[in-house]
Amino acid sequence: MGKVRILIAKPGLDGHDRGAKVVARSLRDAGFEVIYTGLRQTPEAIVNTAIQEDVDAIGISILSGAHNTVFPAITGLLKEKGASDIVVFGGGVIPDEDIPFLLESGVAIIFTPGTSTEDVIKFVNEKITAKIH
Amino acid sequence: MSLADRAIAGEVRAAARLMRIADDRTGDYIQEMVKIWAHTGHARIIGITGAPGSGKSTLTDALITHYRSLGKSVGVAAVDPSSPFSGGAILGDRIRMATHANDEGVFIRSVATRGHLGGLSVSAMDIAAIFDAMGKDIIIIETVGVGQDEVDISSLADTCIVVVMPGAGDDIQAIKAGILEVADIFVVNKADRDGADRTARDLKTMLELGAKRVWMPPVVKTIALKKSGIEELAEGIALHSNYSDNEDKHFARLYHAALGLLKDRLVNSCFTPDRFRELLKTQGDPYSVTIKWLKNHGLEA
Repeated sequence: MGKVRILIAKPGLDGHDRGAKVVARSLRDAGFEVIYTGLRQTPEAIVNTAIQEDVDAIGISILSGAHNTVFPAITGLLKEKGASDIVVFGGGVIPDEDIPFLLESGVAIIFTPGTSTEDVIKFVNEKITAKIH
Repeated sequence: MSLADRAIAGEVRAAARLMRIADDRTGDYIQEMVKIWAHTGHARIIGITGAPGSGKSTLTDALITHYRSLGKSVGVAAVDPSSPFSGGAILGDRIRMATHANDEGVFIRSVATRGHLGGLSVSAMDIAAIFDAMGKDIIIIETVGVGQDEVDISSLADTCIVVVMPGAGDDIQAIKAGILEVADIFVVNKADRDGADRTARDLKTMLELGAKRVWMPPVVKTIALKKSGIEELAEGIALHSNYSDNEDKHFARLYHAALGLLKDRLVNSCFTPDRFRELLKTQGDPYSVTIKWLKNHGLEA
């Protein structure tokens, strides 16, 4: 039986990766393999990494306000490379009014501040674990 | 076209998926890997091992840069430990190699140990084989941070590099079984720190105390973060290839992959953990339960 693999990435210029680390840690504790890229990744680097690592999902943590550029860039590149089966989800400080646009551009879900790690795990289990097993 | 054919043609997505099914042992991994192994034996395989925090990933990053400057393509398998409790893992070696993320000549794969001891995963040689079949010139296998007795890589890599830090234990630590015999090349990394010369000297002295060998492992000082000492290290690697029996090492890799598969298939074909536990609980001693179990499954005990 396969293991779920998830890329946790931090695009852009903000240097706050505590949230990303908390999510990475809780996904590991839920039994998933988490690849962590570190800070300041470009959408191109994130997508290349996701493909090399053959992940099921990419979790993007973003606090810089660049979400309306970064998310569509990532989903666009995935599509271009024939990898739009990779699920993209996001978290961070993202205003509610921006969420519909992000969902429309191919992001599966946005977790806003205050989300519990259980919600993230539940999402992964429903959306991905169920699919690969 | 099968995944293996596409991987051999150089397609990253297919190779990445094949690594996945080889690691998970799902899908048509057997037929695919038969094709892959038929295309191996061309790449040069470098192992990097050493204690946690000694700078293995940063050194790998510096070596990638070096080989890319020579126009060589590089595959990296970076192994990190799985949690023994959840089975999950955080694989973070790539953080130090981020500058190569957009270079098509570099393919980095993070691998979890999934309970395998020895510093590697069971699948590590399969992943190296896929890189080899893709046509990568250089393959770097970075082990988990190891201690004194977890050194599969020494028999599997064409050249095995052991990374140590200045001041990491006295000279007696170095002569304990393991570390001295494992290395084809020693790297004293973070050589800008106090005690680097002393550590390098201690290692050399200890090596000279041992039996004379045809290849005497050099001790190279590096500062991987500043890419210092990397040329010298690469020279050592190139020189060592004249002394290493690469056919012998290639056979060791075949053996590692074969044994991993054999163990898996044997256990899966005759082992049901719940039933076994139940028997062990009611019948007590581990030897009779195991022997009886094997006999019941038609295996000579």
